[in-house]
Amino acid sequence: MSDNFDLRLYVAGQTPKAVRAFSNLRKICEEHLQGRYSIEVIDLIENPALGSGDQILALPTLVRRLPAPIKKIIGDLSNTERVLVGLDLRPRRPSS
Amino acid sequence: MAKNRLERSEIQKAPTGIPGLDDITNGGLPQGRPTLVSGGPGSGKTLFGVSFLVNGAQQYAEPGVLMTFEENAAELSQDVRSLGYDLDTLVAQKKLIVDYIHVDRSEIEETGEYDLEGLFVRLDHAITQIGAKRVMLDTIETLFGGLKDTGILRAELRRLFRWMRDRGITAVVTAERGEQMFTRQGLEEYITDAVISLDHRVHEQISTRRIRVVKYRGSTHGTNEYPFLIDRDGITVLPVTSLLLEHEAPNERISSGLKSLDDMLGGKGYFRASTVLLSGTAGTGKTTLAAQFIEAACARGEKCMYFLFEESPSQLIRNMRSAGIDLQKWVDKGVLKFHADRPNRHGLETHLLEMHHAVEVFDPDVIVLDPITNLMAVGTQSDVRAMLTRVIDYFKTRGVTAVFTSLTSSTQSLEATESMISSLMDTWILVAVAEEDRKRNRWIYVLKSRGMPHSNDVRAFEITDHGVTITPIGKGSPAVKPLSAGSGPRRIPAPTARKRK
Repeated sequence: MSDNFDLRLYVAGQTPKAVRAFSNLRKICEEHLQGRYSIEVIDLIENPALGSGDQILALPTLVRRLPAPIKKIIGDLSNTERVLVGLDLRPRRPSS
Repeated sequence: MAKNRLERSEIQKAPTGIPGLDDITNGGLPQGRPTLVSGGPGSGKTLFGVSFLVNGAQQYAEPGVLMTFEENAAELSQDVRSLGYDLDTLVAQKKLIVDYIHVDRSEIEETGEYDLEGLFVRLDHAITQIGAKRVMLDTIETLFGGLKDTGILRAELRRLFRWMRDRGITAVVTAERGEQMFTRQGLEEYITDAVISLDHRVHEQISTRRIRVVKYRGSTHGTNEYPFLIDRDGITVLPVTSLLLEHEAPNERISSGLKSLDDMLGGKGYFRASTVLLSGTAGTGKTTLAAQFIEAACARGEKCMYFLFEESPSQLIRNMRSAGIDLQKWVDKGVLKFHADRPNRHGLETHLLEMHHAVEVFDPDVIVLDPITNLMAVGTQSDVRAMLTRVIDYFKTRGVTAVFTSLTSSTQSLEATESMISSLMDTWILVAVAEEDRKRNRWIYVLKSRGMPHSNDVRAFEITDHGVTITPIGKGSPAVKPLSAGSGPRRIPAPTARKRK
């Protein structure tokens, strides 16, 4: 588990959801990926053209660019458990 | 009260440019509002929307955004190219933007609150980039398969339609037909301005596409189901012509191709832009008479179109050559064009639309449909009549003179069979065969011919190696008195293997 995590967080302006998502993400990364992650925040209001590359529909969307394969997690990332599952840091529970 | 009525005008319309559709909707889709287009798989929803966008961009200076949730842009562009739409060029000209949003539930983890602002941002970006007036969302219901939280999704869709309306965007939103509702996800709850339903059904192995305007707020519209066609020119909805009787009736007369037959028709032949029915049992010479008419028209320098529903062009050319009529010559000169098709290859509407297209492209002066009876077998009586009325109206509006041959079955009375279509015909000529002295003799008479004095004679005629000759002696012979096809023993050939002599 020495892979570097290349993460992108897509938002549209400083909405409460966006702010929440960013702070949740920081917290999770510090706890589980310390020293091996990078976060790039992309504001689609400033750069709307960037939305098509990662097929952005919902916001906020967190995209795990690396390690492959690409993973997408949408929402304000308030459910830590699911974020960890989405990032492949925790095995998917059979019931979910 | 009358004043009030005058002031109440219909809402603004955005023309679709789809032939026929703008007629039944009195001008197009509601401008600045979304229209829901629902239908089953393969019913033509996507093409409907693409036509709306392409025509908007090309004909009405209204750029468009195509947001697809179904196919990716390259596939879509390829799919519609076969129907005559070149999306890539429009994209290059900045008249169209195609954006593709792929949603796959298995790739997405939902963790907490979200919205579809990403969709809004992309749509807004695309609209602003080219100043789009039209948007197509195809098929937005796919999102229901991609996102788990349908509560958020529904709220966001409601917001999306309101947002497009506020921006004055005319939108086409496609949706899958649901079991109980018009759409699987009940989108008709959100889009209430206009709802159009597309249908693709198969009856007796022949498929017909139909379109219906289910709802159109603030506008009158045709409420019937109308057949439509998807071919290399895109979508065409019938009626392709107005159903008003307002065509001009020229006084000009044109020869039937036979001096002796012209004599029976008041001495001058048919009226231009009239309809002529040539009916009779098998092997009586209907096609030969039609070919004579064609040959005369070609010789006058007129353009002719021959629709064949039984024989191939080369078969017909060969057979007519034996009667001294050289049609190949006119084909080579480019004044005669054949259009051969199997009647059961597709539905009646498709046939009539194809004829419509062919006539529009070639712009003939004279048309033969041989035999119309084969075509009539494809649909129900009322369908056939309605369609024929339209196509005849179209021919007349264009000033085309049309000759229809009709095969009477040998057990039917000659004059009864075509009651369905005879009222649409201006001139009705019957040909028959009667046996006398161990010889089959051909007879011809004019049953009716509107607007001209015509002969009441039943005359004998022959098909020789130099065309048809009508014997000038008038006065019907007693031997022909029955003139019903059922009289006398006679070979009943299969329609496709008809022998001509």
